[in-house]
Amino acid sequence: MSELLRPDLALIARTVRQGARVLDVGCGDGALMAALRDNAGVDARGLEIDGSNVADAVGRGLSVVQGDADTDLRYYPDASFDYAILSQTLQTTRRPDLVVEELLRIGRQAFVSFPNFAHWRGRISLLWGGRMPVTRLLPDTWYDTLNIHHVTVDDFRALVKERGWTIDGQWFLKGDKETTHANANLFAEHAVFLLRK
Amino acid sequence: MASLSMTDDSRFGLRRQVRLAGPLPLDSGAALGPVDIAYETYGTLNADRSNAILICHALTGDQYVASDHPVTGKPGWWWRLVGEGKPVDPARHFIVCANVIGSCMGSSGPASLDATTGAPFAMRFPVLTIADMVRAQAMLLDHLGVARLAAVIGGSMGGMQALTWPTLFPQRVESCIVIASTARHSAQNIAFHEVGRQAIMADPHWRGGDYYADGQVPSAGLAVARMAAHITYLSEAGLTEKFGRRLQGRDAKTFGFDADFQVESYLRHQGLSFVERFDANSYLYITRAMDYYDIAEDHGGSLAKAFTASKARFCLVSFDTDWLYPTAESRIIVHALNAGGAQASFVELSSPFGHDAFLLECPELNRVVDGFLKGGRA
Repeated sequence: MSELLRPDLALIARTVRQGARVLDVGCGDGALMAALRDNAGVDARGLEIDGSNVADAVGRGLSVVQGDADTDLRYYPDASFDYAILSQTLQTTRRPDLVVEELLRIGRQAFVSFPNFAHWRGRISLLWGGRMPVTRLLPDTWYDTLNIHHVTVDDFRALVKERGWTIDGQWFLKGDKETTHANANLFAEHAVFLLRK
Repeated sequence: MASLSMTDDSRFGLRRQVRLAGPLPLDSGAALGPVDIAYETYGTLNADRSNAILICHALTGDQYVASDHPVTGKPGWWWRLVGEGKPVDPARHFIVCANVIGSCMGSSGPASLDATTGAPFAMRFPVLTIADMVRAQAMLLDHLGVARLAAVIGGSMGGMQALTWPTLFPQRVESCIVIASTARHSAQNIAFHEVGRQAIMADPHWRGGDYYADGQVPSAGLAVARMAAHITYLSEAGLTEKFGRRLQGRDAKTFGFDADFQVESYLRHQGLSFVERFDANSYLYITRAMDYYDIAEDHGGSLAKAFTASKARFCLVSFDTDWLYPTAESRIIVHALNAGGAQASFVELSSPFGHDAFLLECPELNRVVDGFLKGGRA
């Protein structure tokens, strides 16, 4: 039986086609990959930067390679996967735009999920407190966070438009519940986009 | 059925040796035949012959992967990974480990008798490659009735053999575990080996390799070769932690050339104990085979092309303090496998022990190997 997935991963797991080929970039300990393999017969491969996470994932029988999304995606051939997935990793990459370009080269479609930095709690923290937000979803302080490119829903939409990518699906999450598209930039804690070139 | 008869079948068990007629065609153009192979098997080949695992040993290793060494009395060199309750388990797997050809633990090598002269081959033994060693292993598996390997596993030079297997016999390998290894020998690797070979050949007892008759073997040269190589198996931090600048059995420097330092004494001991169990000419031949090793070179310069015919799953492991076959070498293999769409896993594990880490206590390595092997049956 698969473990309880993080809400954005559960959403992606529900959307991926049965038997698809999937590359999970920043796959962590392989929770999503294992769920996809066990429940949807998906041929899943992973890329993960943290060695201990990779050992966990390989230990559960998954094909995971230790590497860096910023530098190692170029070794994957064009259109070699149905989906490339980047969950909660975009904001930690050095060049998020180039990483998404690579995802769209490798995968026919790409899932990108990220925490929305324009959520109202963060805005209030910065507006009234004058301090960088430390919230349930963004629990790290400015000096030790792995998030080096803070992005909002509207920022990401602007990037998509600028690069001419197509949005095949978009979902917004508040806690583990889906929330409305209206005012997502203000009310969504997490965003999940399904893109293609 | 097969399982019931195995205990009565002299092909299976500990301390086996077989003479295969051959001839085995070699990369050099020469041929070797007959081919003696010394090997051990553990566990039982199941009825559908789907549980065979081949373990490949390193430069100075041997077939005693999981049983006591007949010369040193030490436990099998990979007892931490192979044995009851271990990731490679004779209760589940049929395990084969064979001494590579060119070596000196019972397989054909320079110390073997040349049937045409009645004398040891010495330097008249043909120069071998890693691929030749693998082809000899394939001959042994034919003899044992093993058509397909559930896994081939090796560390260091054993990893070179393991990685060569799916390139030569893509239909025979289901999964491949390559630990602390590389797809080619670098200039630095070759350089260190050349130091060792020159030390052996500079020993007056070497005599062009013809030293078998009177027992005056080039032990000083071989010991130096081992000392130099041994340094490459350890990390700087590991040496510092183990020995630092501590003196050996004395309170002050002697202002002489005794082994003042513990690290000197340790290396001398490593060199001396090595010559008791290893043949100097074998050391020349096997280091040469490693230096000639470059899988991409054999496939038009493309490492990715080497694996396109294989459906095997791959698992690569490197260690962060290994400077002999550093992580970058494993990454080259991983990138080639990714380019070909192979099922590949790779992890760099952390250890203070340098290249030797693959032989030492490493729970993470066991977890990775165990999970990878079981993953194939999910």
